[in-house]
Amino acid sequence: MNELMQSLVAEDRGHPKIASGDTVKVHVRIVEGDRERIQIFQGVVIRLRKGGNDANFTVRRIASHGIGVERTFLLRSPRVEKIEILRSAKVRRAQLYYLRELRGKAARLKEKRR
Amino acid sequence: MHWLPVQHLSGGEIMKGIIGKKVGMTQIFDSNGNVIPVTVIQAGPCYVTQVRTAERDGYVAVQLGFGETKPQRLTKGQLGHLHRNNLPALRYLREFRVRDGELDVAEGQEIKVDVFATGERVDVIGTSKGRGFAGTIKRHGFNRQPKTHGQSDRERAPGSVGQNSFPGRTLKGLRMSGHMGSDRVTTENLEVVVIDAERDLLAVRGSIPGANGGIVLIKPARPRRRGK
Repeated sequence: MNELMQSLVAEDRGHPKIASGDTVKVHVRIVEGDRERIQIFQGVVIRLRKGGNDANFTVRRIASHGIGVERTFLLRSPRVEKIEILRSAKVRRAQLYYLRELRGKAARLKEKRR
Repeated sequence: MHWLPVQHLSGGEIMKGIIGKKVGMTQIFDSNGNVIPVTVIQAGPCYVTQVRTAERDGYVAVQLGFGETKPQRLTKGQLGHLHRNNLPALRYLREFRVRDGELDVAEGQEIKVDVFATGERVDVIGTSKGRGFAGTIKRHGFNRQPKTHGQSDRERAPGSVGQNSFPGRTLKGLRMSGHMGSDRVTTENLEVVVIDAERDLLAVRGSIPGANGGIVLIKPARPRRRGK
């Protein structure tokens, strides 16, 4: 990135360092009219993309009736209030797209002991 | 019926304008957390290299210089022109037309980005990316011909360019292949999102013409009708 654009990058929000395979709880600030509330989205991080203000990550969770839901968050967005890492898994690739084809027991990941 | 007060070219304000270099695009967050796509421009510092007056030149304009460079990159004529006002070697000179009587700058004066303010609307003029010799599909949005049904070699051909022995010629102005791009293009009514006088940075919402590194002119938006 051009150094001149560097000055426009929003400050680091001090989130813990997440990685692919982590199970996370993302606290998202939702604005409805003049009300504000926090919504929690919990799932597995299947992708991380770097790049200043564009940095983002995708979380996949299994909603009711076994429907997979993926949501992408901007890492530096002020709407992402907090990120909690619940567990980390041993994964052998950076993008876990293969989880989309797996369900139930097959979609489990092996936990990484810290 | 009363006549409305005379509208100034620059929307009722004094003449403003600055030369800049397109840095690139990024996105920033506003206070609500919304993402704004912006184009970053390194705008200024510019210097007034010459003032054109009606008496001497027949029109009123301000010539601005931008982009400091090594003196040996310019000709002696260019250096002499800048030296009259004790200005550094400037690579780009551009003129901004001003309404008569609205002139409020002097030769040698420095112009910084802070002539603009955030929230203001501007027009940005640049040179679009060159596309070389482009066919009719890219250049004029023509449709493609079928890939199958016995066709060969005609997928991107323009089709018929005329009729029969009357008129017996191809009409002038018919859209055909040819050079595309590298044109002077104006993107109108862009919102100024960031002004950083310290770093000479300006960012507008949306995209502007040309490749990164291209020279652009920034002017207050031309007054336009509301609505629509």
